[in-house]
Amino acid sequence: MSKAPQVLLVEDNQDDVELAMHAFSGSTVAPEIIVAHDGEEALDYLFANGRHAQRETRDLPSLVLLDLQLPGIGGLEVLRRLRERAETRRVPVVILTTSDDQADIIGGYDRGVNSYIRKPVGFDSFREMVRQLEHYWLITNVAPPL
Amino acid sequence: MTNPRILLVEDSRDDAELVRLADQSLHLHSELVVAEDGEAALDYLFRAEADPPAVVILDLRLPGMGGLEVLRTMRSRPQTRRIPVVILTGSERDEDVLAGYDLGANSFVRKPHEFEAFRALITHLEHYWVMTNLRPPV
Repeated sequence: MSKAPQVLLVEDNQDDVELAMHAFSGSTVAPEIIVAHDGEEALDYLFANGRHAQRETRDLPSLVLLDLQLPGIGGLEVLRRLRERAETRRVPVVILTTSDDQADIIGGYDRGVNSYIRKPVGFDSFREMVRQLEHYWLITNVAPPL
Repeated sequence: MTNPRILLVEDSRDDAELVRLADQSLHLHSELVVAEDGEAALDYLFRAEADPPAVVILDLRLPGMGGLEVLRTMRSRPQTRRIPVVILTGSERDEDVLAGYDLGANSFVRKPHEFEAFRALITHLEHYWVMTNLRPPV
Protein backbone atom coordinates (compact mmCIF):
# COMPACT_ATOMS: atom_id res chain seq x y z
CA MET A 1 0.00 0.00 0.00
CA SER A 2 1.20 3.49 -0.71
CA LYS A 3 1.36 6.03 2.04
CA ALA A 4 -0.58 9.28 2.06
CA PRO A 5 0.92 12.00 -0.14
CA GLN A 6 2.67 14.85 1.62
CA VAL A 7 1.94 18.52 1.29
CA LEU A 8 4.51 21.01 2.54
CA LEU A 9 2.72 24.11 3.77
CA VAL A 10 5.06 27.10 4.06
CA GLU A 11 3.12 29.57 6.14
CA ASP A 12 4.02 31.78 9.10
CA ASN A 13 0.51 32.86 10.04
CA GLN A 14 -0.78 30.38 12.62
CA ASP A 15 -4.45 31.16 11.84
CA ASP A 16 -3.87 30.25 8.20
CA VAL A 17 -2.00 27.08 9.21
CA GLU A 18 -4.95 25.99 11.33
CA LEU A 19 -7.42 26.87 8.60
CA ALA A 20 -5.46 24.78 6.10
CA MET A 21 -5.03 21.84 8.48
CA HIS A 22 -8.73 21.88 9.19
CA ALA A 23 -9.66 22.11 5.50
CA PHE A 24 -7.34 19.24 4.54
CA SER A 25 -8.44 17.06 7.45
CA GLY A 26 -11.91 16.48 6.02
CA SER A 27 -10.64 15.88 2.51
CA THR A 28 -10.74 12.81 0.29
CA VAL A 29 -7.00 12.30 -0.08
CA ALA A 30 -6.20 13.30 3.51
CA PRO A 31 -2.56 14.11 2.77
CA GLU A 32 0.02 14.39 5.49
CA ILE A 33 0.61 18.13 6.06
CA ILE A 34 4.08 19.26 7.00
CA VAL A 35 4.27 22.85 8.18
CA ALA A 36 7.30 25.09 7.74
CA HIS A 37 6.88 28.42 9.50
CA ASP A 38 9.48 30.30 7.50
CA GLY A 39 11.53 30.04 4.34
CA GLU A 40 14.60 28.64 6.04
CA GLU A 41 12.65 25.81 7.61
CA ALA A 42 11.04 25.05 4.24
CA LEU A 43 14.44 24.82 2.54
CA ASP A 44 15.84 22.71 5.41
CA TYR A 45 12.97 20.32 4.96
CA LEU A 46 13.23 20.13 1.15
CA PHE A 47 17.02 19.80 1.15
CA ALA A 48 17.11 17.58 4.25
CA ASN A 49 19.34 19.98 6.17
CA GLY A 50 19.46 21.16 9.78
CA ARG A 51 16.91 19.46 11.96
CA HIS A 52 15.61 17.60 8.90
CA ALA A 53 19.03 16.12 8.11
CA GLN A 54 17.78 12.61 8.88
CA ARG A 55 15.02 12.84 6.30
CA GLU A 56 15.16 10.71 3.17
CA THR A 57 15.96 13.29 0.46
CA ARG A 58 14.14 11.43 -2.28
CA ASP A 59 10.97 11.48 -0.21
CA LEU A 60 9.71 14.80 -1.51
CA PRO A 61 6.29 16.35 -0.93
CA SER A 62 3.76 15.97 -3.76
CA LEU A 63 2.95 19.65 -3.45
CA VAL A 64 4.44 22.75 -1.86
CA LEU A 65 2.01 25.50 -0.86
CA LEU A 66 4.11 28.60 -0.55
CA ASP A 67 3.20 31.86 1.12
CA LEU A 68 5.18 34.86 -0.13
CA GLN A 69 5.37 37.06 2.97
CA LEU A 70 7.59 35.07 5.26
CA PRO A 71 10.01 36.17 7.98
CA GLY A 72 13.64 35.96 6.81
CA ILE A 73 13.94 34.24 3.43
CA GLY A 74 10.87 35.26 1.42
CA GLY A 75 8.69 32.94 -0.64
CA LEU A 76 10.09 33.98 -4.04
CA GLU A 77 13.62 33.30 -2.81
CA VAL A 78 12.55 29.87 -1.51
CA LEU A 79 11.14 29.15 -4.96
CA ARG A 80 14.30 30.32 -6.72
CA ARG A 81 16.52 28.14 -4.53
CA LEU A 82 14.45 25.01 -4.89
CA ARG A 83 14.26 25.42 -8.68
CA GLU A 84 18.07 25.59 -8.71
CA ARG A 85 18.61 22.21 -7.13
CA ALA A 86 18.39 19.07 -9.24
CA GLU A 87 16.49 17.12 -6.54
CA THR A 88 13.77 19.72 -6.05
CA ARG A 89 13.53 21.62 -9.32
CA ARG A 90 10.42 19.79 -10.56
CA VAL A 91 8.44 19.68 -7.31
CA PRO A 92 5.00 21.22 -7.95
CA VAL A 93 4.77 24.56 -6.17
CA VAL A 94 1.64 26.65 -5.80
CA ILE A 95 2.00 30.15 -4.39
CA LEU A 96 -0.82 30.82 -1.97
CA THR A 97 -0.85 34.42 -0.87
CA THR A 98 -2.91 37.49 -0.13
CA SER A 99 -0.76 39.48 -2.56
CA ASP A 100 -2.05 40.26 -6.01
CA ASP A 101 0.85 42.62 -6.63
CA GLN A 102 1.85 42.26 -10.28
CA ALA A 103 5.53 42.09 -9.36
CA ASP A 104 4.82 39.08 -7.13
CA ILE A 105 2.79 37.29 -9.81
CA ILE A 106 5.42 37.92 -12.47
CA GLY A 107 8.20 37.01 -10.03
CA GLY A 108 6.47 33.74 -9.25
CA TYR A 109 5.96 32.70 -12.88
CA ASP A 110 9.47 33.80 -13.84
CA ARG A 111 10.92 31.58 -11.12
CA GLY A 112 8.93 28.61 -12.35
CA VAL A 113 5.93 28.41 -10.06
CA ASN A 114 3.31 25.93 -11.28
CA SER A 115 0.35 28.03 -10.22
CA TYR A 116 -0.50 31.19 -8.29
CA ILE A 117 -3.54 31.46 -6.06
CA ARG A 118 -5.03 34.24 -3.95
CA LYS A 119 -5.89 33.18 -0.43
CA PRO A 120 -9.66 33.40 -0.21
CA VAL A 121 -11.34 35.07 2.72
CA GLY A 122 -13.60 32.99 4.96
CA PHE A 123 -13.54 29.32 5.86
CA ASP A 124 -16.01 28.05 3.25
CA SER A 125 -14.08 29.60 0.37
CA PHE A 126 -10.82 28.44 1.89
CA ARG A 127 -12.09 24.87 2.16
CA GLU A 128 -13.35 24.99 -1.43
CA MET A 129 -9.93 26.18 -2.58
CA VAL A 130 -8.21 23.38 -0.66
CA ARG A 131 -10.56 20.89 -2.29
CA GLN A 132 -9.64 22.28 -5.72
CA LEU A 133 -5.92 22.22 -4.99
CA GLU A 134 -6.07 18.71 -3.68
CA HIS A 135 -8.14 17.39 -6.57
CA TYR A 136 -5.93 19.06 -9.12
CA TRP A 137 -2.41 18.52 -7.77
CA LEU A 138 -2.78 15.26 -5.86
CA ILE A 139 -5.19 13.42 -8.16
CA THR A 140 -5.31 14.88 -11.68
CA ASN A 141 -1.76 16.08 -12.20
CA VAL A 142 0.89 13.51 -13.15
CA ALA A 143 3.72 14.18 -10.71
CA PRO A 144 7.27 14.43 -12.01
CA PRO A 145 8.93 11.02 -11.66
CA LEU A 146 11.79 10.82 -9.15
CA MET B 1 -13.52 42.64 -22.19
CA THR B 2 -13.50 39.23 -23.87
CA ASN B 3 -14.18 35.94 -22.14
CA PRO B 4 -11.11 34.09 -21.01
CA ARG B 5 -9.95 31.58 -23.61
CA ILE B 6 -8.46 28.12 -23.44
CA LEU B 7 -6.18 27.19 -26.32
CA LEU B 8 -6.39 23.47 -27.03
CA VAL B 9 -3.56 22.26 -29.24
CA GLU B 10 -4.79 18.98 -30.54
CA ASP B 11 -4.75 17.26 -33.88
CA SER B 12 -8.50 17.26 -34.35
CA ARG B 13 -8.30 15.09 -37.46
CA ASP B 14 -7.15 12.52 -34.99
CA ASP B 15 -9.50 13.37 -32.16
CA ALA B 16 -12.39 15.26 -33.71
CA GLU B 17 -14.89 13.83 -31.29
CA LEU B 18 -12.77 14.74 -28.27
CA VAL B 19 -12.39 18.31 -29.45
CA ARG B 20 -16.14 18.61 -29.98
CA LEU B 21 -16.70 17.26 -26.48
CA ALA B 22 -14.17 19.65 -25.00
CA ASP B 23 -16.09 22.53 -26.47
CA GLN B 24 -19.34 21.26 -25.00
CA SER B 25 -17.76 20.76 -21.59
CA LEU B 26 -16.90 24.37 -20.97
CA HIS B 27 -19.24 26.37 -18.81
CA LEU B 28 -20.15 29.98 -19.36
CA HIS B 29 -16.75 31.16 -18.18
CA SER B 30 -14.51 30.66 -21.14
CA GLU B 31 -14.29 29.83 -24.77
CA LEU B 32 -12.25 27.20 -26.53
CA VAL B 33 -9.83 27.94 -29.34
CA VAL B 34 -8.46 24.91 -31.15
CA ALA B 35 -5.12 24.81 -32.96
CA GLU B 36 -4.59 21.71 -35.03
CA ASP B 37 -0.83 21.74 -34.98
CA GLY B 38 2.12 23.39 -33.29
CA GLU B 39 2.61 26.08 -35.89
CA ALA B 40 -1.03 27.15 -35.74
CA ALA B 41 -0.74 27.28 -31.94
CA LEU B 42 2.32 29.55 -32.02
CA ASP B 43 0.74 31.74 -34.70
CA TYR B 44 -2.31 32.19 -32.52
CA LEU B 45 -0.25 32.94 -29.40
CA PHE B 46 1.91 35.53 -31.09
CA ARG B 47 -1.15 37.21 -32.61
CA ALA B 48 -3.01 37.15 -29.28
CA GLU B 49 -0.03 38.67 -27.51
CA ALA B 50 -2.03 41.49 -25.92
CA ASP B 51 -4.77 39.15 -24.72
CA PRO B 52 -3.31 35.68 -24.20
CA PRO B 53 -5.36 32.60 -23.32
CA ALA B 54 -5.71 31.68 -19.64
CA VAL B 55 -4.11 28.33 -20.30
CA VAL B 56 -2.74 26.26 -23.17
CA ILE B 57 -3.68 22.59 -23.19
CA LEU B 58 -1.03 20.95 -25.28
CA ASP B 59 -0.97 17.48 -26.78
CA LEU B 60 2.53 16.09 -27.26
CA ARG B 61 1.77 14.19 -30.42
CA LEU B 62 1.12 16.69 -33.19
CA PRO B 63 1.70 16.61 -36.90
CA GLY B 64 4.89 18.48 -37.80
CA MET B 65 6.34 20.36 -34.86
CA GLY B 66 5.81 18.32 -31.67
CA GLY B 67 4.28 19.53 -28.42
CA LEU B 68 7.60 19.76 -26.58
CA GLU B 69 8.97 21.98 -29.32
CA VAL B 70 5.93 24.25 -29.03
CA LEU B 71 6.55 24.49 -25.30
CA ARG B 72 10.25 25.20 -25.78
CA THR B 73 9.43 27.99 -28.24
CA MET B 74 6.79 29.48 -25.94
CA ARG B 75 9.19 29.55 -23.00
CA SER B 76 11.90 31.25 -25.05
CA ARG B 77 9.74 34.22 -26.11
CA PRO B 78 8.94 37.09 -23.75
CA GLN B 79 5.30 37.32 -24.97
CA THR B 80 4.52 33.69 -24.19
CA ARG B 81 6.97 32.50 -21.59
CA ARG B 82 4.68 32.84 -18.57
CA ILE B 83 1.44 31.50 -20.06
CA PRO B 84 0.36 28.41 -18.09
CA VAL B 85 0.78 25.22 -20.12
CA VAL B 86 -0.82 21.89 -19.28
CA ILE B 87 0.44 18.93 -21.25
CA LEU B 88 -2.37 16.55 -22.17
CA THR B 89 -1.18 13.27 -23.50
CA GLY B 90 -1.70 9.57 -23.79
CA SER B 91 1.98 9.09 -23.06
CA GLU B 92 3.06 8.66 -19.49
CA ARG B 93 6.57 7.66 -20.30
CA ASP B 94 8.85 9.05 -17.63
CA GLU B 95 11.03 10.79 -20.19
CA ASP B 96 8.04 12.71 -21.61
CA VAL B 97 6.91 13.79 -18.16
CA LEU B 98 10.45 14.83 -17.21
CA ALA B 99 10.99 16.68 -20.49
CA GLY B 100 7.66 18.47 -20.08
CA TYR B 101 8.51 19.71 -16.58
CA ASP B 102 12.07 20.56 -17.55
CA LEU B 103 10.86 22.72 -20.41
CA GLY B 104 8.59 24.57 -18.01
CA ALA B 105 5.18 22.91 -18.30
CA ASN B 106 2.98 23.95 -15.37
CA SER B 107 1.21 20.63 -15.21
CA PHE B 108 0.97 17.27 -16.92
CA VAL B 109 -2.32 15.34 -17.23
CA ARG B 110 -3.18 12.09 -18.93
CA LYS B 111 -5.76 12.02 -21.69
CA PRO B 112 -8.61 9.73 -20.68
CA HIS B 113 -9.96 7.32 -23.26
CA GLU B 114 -13.60 7.52 -22.26
CA PHE B 115 -15.60 10.51 -23.43
CA GLU B 116 -17.21 11.11 -20.04
CA ALA B 117 -13.85 11.17 -18.32
CA PHE B 118 -12.52 13.53 -20.97
CA ARG B 119 -15.44 15.85 -20.49
CA ALA B 120 -14.92 15.83 -16.71
CA LEU B 121 -11.23 16.57 -17.20
CA ILE B 122 -11.88 19.60 -19.41
CA THR B 123 -14.38 20.94 -16.88
CA HIS B 124 -11.83 20.43 -14.14
CA LEU B 125 -9.05 22.11 -16.14
CA GLU B 126 -11.31 25.05 -16.86
CA HIS B 127 -12.29 25.38 -13.22
CA TYR B 128 -8.69 25.30 -12.05
CA TRP B 129 -6.86 27.30 -14.71
CA VAL B 130 -9.55 29.83 -15.61
CA MET B 131 -11.32 30.38 -12.31
CA THR B 132 -8.82 29.48 -9.57
CA ASN B 133 -5.35 30.23 -10.89
CA LEU B 134 -4.23 33.86 -11.08
CA ARG B 135 -2.88 34.52 -14.55
CA PRO B 136 0.37 36.28 -15.27
CA PRO B 137 -0.30 39.93 -16.16
CA VAL B 138 0.36 40.89 -19.77
